[in-house]
Order: sequence, then structure tokens, then C-alpha cells
Amino acid sequence: MGNYALGAPRLPGPQPVDKSKVTDISRAQTGPLIQSGSSRLADRAFYFAILACGLCVLALVGLIIFELVTKSSLSWHAFGWKFFFQSDWDPVNDQYGALPFVYGTIVSSILALVLAVPLAVGVAVFITEMSPRWLRVPLAFTTELLAAIPSVIYGLWAIFVLVPLLREYVEPWLARYFGWSGLFEGAPYGIGMLAAGIILAIMVVPIISSITREVMTAVPQQQREAVLALGATRWEMIRTGVLRNARAGIMGGVILGLGRALGETMAVTMVIGNRPEIARSLFAPGYTMASVIANEFSEATGDLYLSALVEVGLALFIVTILVNMAAQLLVWTVTRGTPARANG
Amino acid sequence: MGVSIQVDKLNAWFGKTQALYDIDMKVEANHATAVIGPSGCGKSTFVRCLNRMHETIPEARATGRVRIGELDVYNGTSATQIRRRIGMVFQKPNPFPTMSIYDNVAAGLKLNGFRDRHRLDEIVERSLQLSALWDEVKDFLKKKSGASLSGGQQQRLCIARALAVQPQVLLMDEPCSALDPISTGKIEELIFQLKESFTIVIVTHNMQQASRVAEFTGFFLLGKLIEFDKTEKIFTNPSDKRTEDYITGRFG
Amino acid sequence: MANLETTADISLPQLSLYRRGTNVLVTLMAASAVILVLLPLGAVFGYLIYKGIGSINLAFLTQTPKPVGEAGGGMANAIAGSALILLIASCIGVPVGIGGGIYLAEYGRNRFGNLIRFTADVLNGVPSIIVGIVAYGLVVLTQGHFSALAGGVALAIMMVPTITRATEEMLLLVPNTVREAALGLGVSRWRTTLSITLRTATSGIITGVMLAFARAAGETAPLLFTAFGNQYWNWNTSQPTAALPLQIFTYAISPFDEWHRQAWAGALILIVLIVLAVSAVRVAASRGMLKGAN
Repeated sequence: MGNYALGAPRLPGPQPVDKSKVTDISRAQTGPLIQSGSSRLADRAFYFAILACGLCVLALVGLIIFELVTKSSLSWHAFGWKFFFQSDWDPVNDQYGALPFVYGTIVSSILALVLAVPLAVGVAVFITEMSPRWLRVPLAFTTELLAAIPSVIYGLWAIFVLVPLLREYVEPWLARYFGWSGLFEGAPYGIGMLAAGIILAIMVVPIISSITREVMTAVPQQQREAVLALGATRWEMIRTGVLRNARAGIMGGVILGLGRALGETMAVTMVIGNRPEIARSLFAPGYTMASVIANEFSEATGDLYLSALVEVGLALFIVTILVNMAAQLLVWTVTRGTPARANG
Repeated sequence: MGVSIQVDKLNAWFGKTQALYDIDMKVEANHATAVIGPSGCGKSTFVRCLNRMHETIPEARATGRVRIGELDVYNGTSATQIRRRIGMVFQKPNPFPTMSIYDNVAAGLKLNGFRDRHRLDEIVERSLQLSALWDEVKDFLKKKSGASLSGGQQQRLCIARALAVQPQVLLMDEPCSALDPISTGKIEELIFQLKESFTIVIVTHNMQQASRVAEFTGFFLLGKLIEFDKTEKIFTNPSDKRTEDYITGRFG
Repeated sequence: MANLETTADISLPQLSLYRRGTNVLVTLMAASAVILVLLPLGAVFGYLIYKGIGSINLAFLTQTPKPVGEAGGGMANAIAGSALILLIASCIGVPVGIGGGIYLAEYGRNRFGNLIRFTADVLNGVPSIIVGIVAYGLVVLTQGHFSALAGGVALAIMMVPTITRATEEMLLLVPNTVREAALGLGVSRWRTTLSITLRTATSGIITGVMLAFARAAGETAPLLFTAFGNQYWNWNTSQPTAALPLQIFTYAISPFDEWHRQAWAGALILIVLIVLAVSAVRVAASRGMLKGAN
């Protein structure tokens, strides 16, 4: 222990230091104790390694754009803007128009939102403002479990449970009482736009409700108390104190749900009927941008065919990106820089 | 043994705001030097400049000359080397939450590549004895997490952790501000013993504490070192009006 | 005094029946929304168990698919294929994702960090089918055929943004004093980050990784034209490979009852694996992300 620098413990009070016993801790001792490696070099290397990982995220988006743009240029040069306004999709004659897919995507997504938004907001309101405390966590967990179920399982369930239900009961009933609107006409196959809309609604509810919950909890408690102190009922408090303050964020959640619905592939492909037609009735089969890629991409022979499919993908990408950006910004304005996760 | 610290024309910035202006100070070896002043006066920034912790804050920088013994802090030595020679104890006890008591003390050596098991055991024991914690924790060194100790024990654990790398200087940034009076007393007693082997610089907003533990005291105000002298002189007969105002509680 | 009397005169109406009624009605509506949302959840799980459990047997778990018309056979190769693809995806996606998260948390408090943060959120919203197209162009076209590697790359792209953001979030929860303690001991920055900060946040980061993993495990769309599917065993990363969700899809849209039964069984296995992962994460999360942190 001769050169142990700290010396013996001198706990009971200050004592004169015996210089001969306490050796100086100079570099001679710290040298072998700790090798002073080239930590600055290692620091640089580490920095660049994780910077590279961060850049990967940028590169991935760049790569997606590059792939989609270069691989779709053939179709873009052949059809131009017309591509999105023509409705014949004819691989045999190499004629491609994406209008039915655009239509199907928009209609199924809007239908999903119409069904999902009231439910999702209702669920969020119930969980954050009304439910007994002990029920909150289990309820939040179960609704989030809905988001964890893979799309293909929803599709499977829809084919064998939802579709027969629609065919036997729901659609005949809708046709009888609301057939006059023109939205519920024709033979009730079960499979079709309505089934797609319903399954999409089930899938986007957890997204919208989890964001709604998040922005509602971000509303300061004082806002609630202020309204309650004026003698408001609980609903009046929720409406004026909470929902009004969280408006932008809820809108963000809805738009995020829209983004998810637009890009959702498997479940929709399994129940929408996959026919490139534009029909007014929601009973009729349709086709979405995502499902046409899913169904035809691996079988597409011919460069123009493949290119047209990629162009559909590019359009879908651009739309979802814009929708997601808008949603992010809206949610950020409410939760102030703590961005919400899309599938939390 | 401790070494002296020589500070010349030290300036520090946070982004565009200047936090320290031309600080000159000579800290005596093997003595405790207190740094006092109202909050926001730059006293923490000052000690953080001594071991280059200041520059870990984004956009913060410092210029000037600081010599610790014969080591030039801002010239020719890497920040990590400097920090190994200068221990630091922070305002809030900050043991590593996922590590046992033993690992906390050994962390500085282990993370710097020291692998000698046998000597590590010795060093951990010595350091804990020096920080007067050994008797309280020796039975569950490797079983309990550092975070399971009480606040005062945690702070002494942090002191042991700093001592284990065998520094020559110990910087203490308001080490007692988060502690109760009894723990504070223990830490002060500890400082008294430690200064036989180390040079100690202690930041404190508690003037009694400064007068109890330190031989020298520097008074900071608005980023400037107003007065630096023997503690006795500062507290009984300050030469600057502003020091007197602060000591007598007229502001701050 | 006069003033006071006038205020007393404006007697506010009693809490009207209308207001109270609305309050009750809205509460009922919100509660029924919850029930309406939980209904499909219950139905999905109920059917999965009801239809799936009878078809799960040893053959299902150990055999490859039989040709159409023959009874029996199983999805063993698809389960193995999923494992292979997920392994590839994790090997690529987890380190890159965690690295990106470290960058954002430790060095990303600036414009450039915000750009990456925003891009990660955008990438999170990219439809999975698009990711499939990109992996196809990147790997399948280069290799000349569908492969497990292509599927793995596609799923890795899906995992990266989720893991990046989760890692960042967890690292930011680690109090700065812990970083300072290590730096103050003269520990280099990279070692501080890896051995102290990352270690303190480990359980939280594992949560994020598990969630990303669970999500990737159920992805089907990006595998359609990358891993493609295979009726036989395959351990070669450059060959087409079966995957559980793909197999469920193929069987579900087939016209054969035997295959439908197997699709339910496969779906049950898939969901059990995912729910186990997610609940494990929940339990870990409720025990506290940062065990022992202040």
C-alpha cells in the first residue's frame, strides 16, 4: 500500500499530515491507474457513428422519394396529369388511369372518419373526464390494444365475421330505410366500400382517441376548475373548458387517423372487392391505391404497368406525407413540442 | 497532496451572454476556498470552468488560463484528463441509479478502463472510509443501489465516487443545499478532514458554512470577482462596499 | 348596498332540467362509444380463440403446408420465416434506431436535430406498402429475386423511426445530473452515453424496441413483394421466405375451408405473440421506466 495516494483514513478529527507517508498523486500514479487513451478520437468516432444513424432517417425518406420518382417517370411521361383523371385501368392494352383508386381511397377514408371520429372523441372524453379512476388505465390499455392488432387479422375477421353480418342484416336494413339516398343501392354482397369503411374506422379509432386523450390531458387543470367554478355541469365544463382548448390537437389526431386510413392496405384489400369502378352506392365494390399496389405489384409484367403502379404509390406517399405533416403541426401546437406518437 | 490553482483572465459565456468577466484567483493548495455570492452571480459557472464542465452545456464557452498544479487546463490537455484529476461534487446528490453502491464508487475507474479487481476493492473501501460512509454501507455494498440511500448518504457516496479516481482537487458545487442540517454537519466535518489531502473549492450560498469550512473566500457579483481574501477578513473587515452589503444581508 | 340588491334581483335560473339532461345524455353517449369500440375488440379476440384454438395442434406447429385438397399440414415454415425476417430487421433496425435516438437526445437540440425528428415522424406515417416498394427496388431488383433479406430491410425501415423516437424520449428522461456525474469523473462522452445514460434508460428503450418489434411482426403489406412467401422451409436469406402474416393473408382469401381454419390458427398464434410482447411492455412500463431514478 506504500504508494496508495489517499493515505490511511484519518477520521477522528484533523491530524498533522505525515508527509513521508502521503505520497503526491502525480501523473506517475494516475498513469498506470487509468490509461489516458485517446478519448477525444473515440468521442469523434462515436459522434459520427450516431450522426450516421440520425442521417439514416433522412436518407430513408430521401431514398423513398428517389425510388418512387425514378421508377414512376415512365408512366408520368406517358400520361401526365391525365393519369389521375382517367378511369380505365387496362393492363392488357397498357392504358392506365388511377381515378378509381383515388376515388376508392378517398371515399373509404372519409367513411372511416365519419364513423370513427365521434366514437374516438367519445372514448377519449369518457376515459379522461368521466370514467372512475380505477377504470382509466385498463380502458386506455384495451383501446390501445386495438392498435396493436395487425391489419391482416382485422382483414381475416372482416371476411368471416363482419362481411356476412353486413350481407345478412345491416345492408338489407340500410337498403330498405335509406335506399332512397342512392348510397345504399344494389345487391348486398357484404364485400364492398361499406365493409372497407367500417374496418378502417375500427382501425383508426385508437389512433384518434389516443391523441385526443393526450391533448385533453395537456389542457391545464385550472381551465377545468375555472369553468366548474362558474357553476357549469360536467359536460359544459368538458365542452367549453376542455374540448375548445384542445380543438387544434383533436383536429391533428383526426388528420393523423386520416393519414393512417389512406395508407392502410391489408384489411381493406381483403374486403373492398378490388374492382376499379366508381359507383355511388357504398354496397358496390371498389379499389384503393394501396390495395391495387398490394394486389398487382408482384404480378405486374411490362415496364409501363409497373411504373403506373409506382406512380400510384408516389401519389399516395405525397398525400400521406402532407396529411401527416399537417397533423404533426396541429398536435405540436397543443402539446408544445412533445410530439405525439402515431401509434401509441 | 493537493495542488494550487491559478486562474488568469477567465471569461465565460452562455451563447451570447457573458457569465464571467476577467476572473483572477489563486487557490492555495490543501486549503478550502469558498465561493459565495447571490444566485446567478456566476459562482457555479466559475467552478465548472475549472474542470471544463462548463463546456458540456451547448453553446457555452470559456477563455482564459487556468493552471491546476503544473497542468494547463485549457491548453494541451483533454477535458477528460482534466476531469480525472479534479473531482466534482454536485448540488444534488447524483448517484448512478442503476448501479450498486460499490459500482458507483468504482464507476470512475472502471469506465476509464481500470480492471484490477483486487486494487479496486481496496480503493472502494478507502474512498468510502474517507467519505465517512464505510461503516454505514459496508454490509450491503453490492446489494443495494446507490439510489436507495438517504440524501446525505447519497452525497457522501458521490464524494467517495469523486475521491476514488484520486483527484488532486475537489470541487463542490453547493454540496449541502439539498441536505438536512445533520447531513450538512457531516459533510462539513468531512471537508475539514479532506483538505489535508486535497485542495477544495466549495460553492455555497450559506455564508456561515463558508466561514466554518474555508480559509479563503471569494465574493462574486454579476459575473465579477469582487473580493478575494482570507475568510476572516472577508467576513469581519471587507474592503469592498458591495461585499459588506452582501455579508450584512443588505441584498441578495 | 343598492348594487348588491340589484344583483340579488337577477336571480340566476336554477340548473335547468335541460342542462342536467344534456349532461346525463352526453355521459351515456360517451359510455356507449366506449362499449361500441370495445365490441369489435372483444369480437376479434373471441373469434380468434373460438376459430383458432381447435386448429392448433402439433402438426400445425411442426409441418409445412400440404397441397390443396389434402388435410393437415401447418405453418411451421411461416413461423420460422417470420422469425428469420424479424431477426434480419432487428439486426438492422434496432442499432440504427437506437443510434438515431442517441443522436437526437444527446446532440440534437438544434435545427438539424429538429429536421431529423420531424423526418422520423413523417417516416412513421409512410404507408407500409410504400416501404415495400422501396425495399423491392433496393434489394429485390439488385438481387434479382424475392428474398428474406428484402423482407427484413422493409421491416427494418418500419422499425427505425419508432425506435429512434422512443429512445430519444427515454434518454431525455435521464436527469442531466447523472450525465454530469460521469463527465465530472473524467469519463469520456461516448462512454458516459453508452455506460451511464443508455444503461439508466435501458428498460424504457426496451419498451420502445418491443413495441416496434410487435408492430413489425404483424406487418403484411411490405412483405408481399419482398419476402414473397414460400411453401417450403427456407433458411437462406437470399431466397423467398414464408412469413406468418403473409400466410394468413394467402389462406384467408383462398376458397378452401381447410385453409381458412389454418388462417385462424395462424392469426391466433400471431396475436398471442404480439399481445404477450405488448403486455410485457405495459407491465415493465408501470413498474417505472427508470428504476431508481430520482
